Amino acid sequence: MVDITPADAVPPAEVAEMELYHPHSWWTKYVFSQDAKVIAIQYSATATAIGMVALVLSWLMRLQLGFPGTFDFITPEAYYQFITMHGMIMVIYLLTALFLGGFGNYLIPLMVGARDMVFPYVNMLSYWIYLLAVLVLVSSFFAPGGPTGAGWTLYPPQAIMTGTPGGQDWGIILMLVSLILFIIGFTMGGLNYVVTVLQGRTRGMTLMRLPLTVWGIFTATVMALLAFPALFVACVMMLLDRALGTSFFMPAIVEMGEQLQHGGGSPILFQHLFWFFGHPEVYIVALPAFGIVSDLISTHARKNIFGYRMMVWAIVGIGALSFVVWAHHMYVSGMHPYFGFFFATTTLIIAVPTAIKVYNWVLTLWRGDIHLTIPMLFALAFIVTFVNGGLTGLFLGNVVVDVPLSDTMFVVAHFHMVMGVAPIIVIFGAIYHWYPKVTGRMLNETLGRFHFWVTFLGAYLIFFPMHYLGLMGVPRRYNELTDMTVMTESAHHLNSFISIMAFIVGFAQIVFLFNLIWSIRHGREAGGNPWRATTLEWQTAETPPGHGNFGKDLPIVYRWAYDYSVPGAKEDFIPQNVPGSFGPSREPA
Amino acid sequence: MAETTLTHIGRTGPRPAGWQGIAADWSSDQRAFKNVSWGKAMMWIFLLSDTFIFGCFLLSYMTDRISTRVPWPNPSEVFALRIGGSDIPLILIAIMTFVLISSSGTMAMAVNFGYRRDRRKTAVLLLLTAALGATFVGMQAFEWTKLITEGVRPWGNPWGAAQFGASFFMITGFHGTHVSIGVIFLIIVARKVWRGDYDVGRPGFFTSRRGRYENVEIMGLYWHFVDLVWVFIFAFFYLW
Repeated sequence: MVDITPADAVPPAEVAEMELYHPHSWWTKYVFSQDAKVIAIQYSATATAIGMVALVLSWLMRLQLGFPGTFDFITPEAYYQFITMHGMIMVIYLLTALFLGGFGNYLIPLMVGARDMVFPYVNMLSYWIYLLAVLVLVSSFFAPGGPTGAGWTLYPPQAIMTGTPGGQDWGIILMLVSLILFIIGFTMGGLNYVVTVLQGRTRGMTLMRLPLTVWGIFTATVMALLAFPALFVACVMMLLDRALGTSFFMPAIVEMGEQLQHGGGSPILFQHLFWFFGHPEVYIVALPAFGIVSDLISTHARKNIFGYRMMVWAIVGIGALSFVVWAHHMYVSGMHPYFGFFFATTTLIIAVPTAIKVYNWVLTLWRGDIHLTIPMLFALAFIVTFVNGGLTGLFLGNVVVDVPLSDTMFVVAHFHMVMGVAPIIVIFGAIYHWYPKVTGRMLNETLGRFHFWVTFLGAYLIFFPMHYLGLMGVPRRYNELTDMTVMTESAHHLNSFISIMAFIVGFAQIVFLFNLIWSIRHGREAGGNPWRATTLEWQTAETPPGHGNFGKDLPIVYRWAYDYSVPGAKEDFIPQNVPGSFGPSREPA
Repeated sequence: MAETTLTHIGRTGPRPAGWQGIAADWSSDQRAFKNVSWGKAMMWIFLLSDTFIFGCFLLSYMTDRISTRVPWPNPSEVFALRIGGSDIPLILIAIMTFVLISSSGTMAMAVNFGYRRDRRKTAVLLLLTAALGATFVGMQAFEWTKLITEGVRPWGNPWGAAQFGASFFMITGFHGTHVSIGVIFLIIVARKVWRGDYDVGRPGFFTSRRGRYENVEIMGLYWHFVDLVWVFIFAFFYLW
């Protein structure tokens, strides 16, 4: 318990205010905009649109799995293409782009008290290159041979061979080119996010006063800048293997009775590069979710976040640890047992900072003034889902338990719970939370509650049964399971049940999209700070915030982001830009 | 660009030195690196990311080189030039390396004269750096041509492992692209210096940001990085 910094102790401005680019026309204001808020909406809209494609692909997969033999147009090749594109779109083009490009662009400048990102022009390029990447990806659906069906991990050698859909057609080439473009575009945006957080904060905003949302997005961006290079290199090398006939990843191989021209390459090398990117990627998606959910819980429980510093260091610790666990995706690839031991150990160590975060969320709720608003419902659902998904991670992180479980539906259930459903639930909660700031209106409450309950319960009805299927030995990535001994009749019923639930949950998302569009004009007026929150984005002069975010003067920060229910204060929240001492704050010294 | 590199404006008292200074900077508001402008911070972080790209390229090449069962061509013989009747190993690479390292020297001098507001010398040195960089790329093109005429292809070569040609063209090509991009930007920066853009704070054509002489230094960071990467490529590809 420390006295609040006296107003006169806030240091003077170190740099002059940034010069903003002022748009002259409709085009430069709304299309080729350099305003981070517009770019954020562009990112979010594009990610949502391509995400809908991935949702439809998951329906098609469930049609096949739930009712095998009923739908002739879902050939085995098509099924593999659906799997591949569903996975790649959801992980990269939806989750990464929405969390970092969408929420990062909108929230970072507002939350740290900046006029905009430090390099708005580069930020704009970032979006347009991302859009190009998405278009290249979509174009593969219309290319001869269709999109690649190599599985979202694109393992060579099969990814570029004849038997794989798109392997010797355009599919794999367009996929790799799209990924390379995505990484270039992301790097441009990511540099902006990092420099804005490090060098572009307002007066009084120390790193240890940042809302945890910013900490989550910032750490995830740093990780992405270090992890995406591995994917970039892997994509370039595979592109050369496919287009020029090099053999980086291709061993000597016989295809259809003929010896291929390739020889001497290392398929395992690709797996190392891919997972050196792929595992941090899990946390690139999870850390922003961690940060956002912390703020949602604190705001809607009217209570300061428990153990703020621990939360920050847990985020940083998870980020660092996630770079030394990648080979736990490769236990069955043929690895020295000592390596398996090492990677299992590091994997389980990650449970420590993660558990700290879960305890702190629960302790924040403890004796809080919990408002069961829609964002809060989603935040609570996240904690439960993340714990559930995390616990199955303990099974898969141990080599001896992983070996029988790997490549079964158990793995599918695990990663969908922990990095599919959990982050998506946070995205929903965050949209319900910040939509009033973006549009000035609230989302419809009734539709929102309907959306929440169907999504939350439905997700469990989809993914819980999958654990059982996996334990029975049902393999993943098989489009047709009718003749397998592991598929008892009850397992088939379970599969049909999962599919029906998937359609219902998917339908609820369409209700959500309708709500998003309908509420822009018909939602209840929100006012500037409907949740009575402390962070700077709620203290803007206008709602939605105008060009330059804040009014004439940038806000000055006098306190941390979690002064809720401070004894002695008139209201149960004290915005970060309000000076003065009210009572015992829990801000760490 | 309105923001400046000036440090602790209006701050009272000296900044603590050493680790305490770093801790004080990181626990302060506004900026974590007190002397560093946005552009310079961005370049450093970009270079960190780029280091990982080159690191992955080199590690992948080394993995392929030690895992292939076909003998690796001997670089001393492959990269030898026949001058005056005798094969001199690595002579071209030595000259290329010398040229590139020299260009780092002229770059550093350009930065120096930039901060002294010496427009002419800065621009001339930047152009000289660009010329040395272009010479490097030109010699690389010569080297590629020579190897291609001798039968080296990305998918094979007359002397051994196919990964030799693949790694060579990929890594030197990626590095050569970096040098070429650097040459282009050196010419752009030289033009801005020559025209006095940084003296009058003329807004950039695309970004509409006002440039400053610090841009010469940021350009230099990139250039020195490209140089440094070449040293590693030289060591791991040509000398191994």
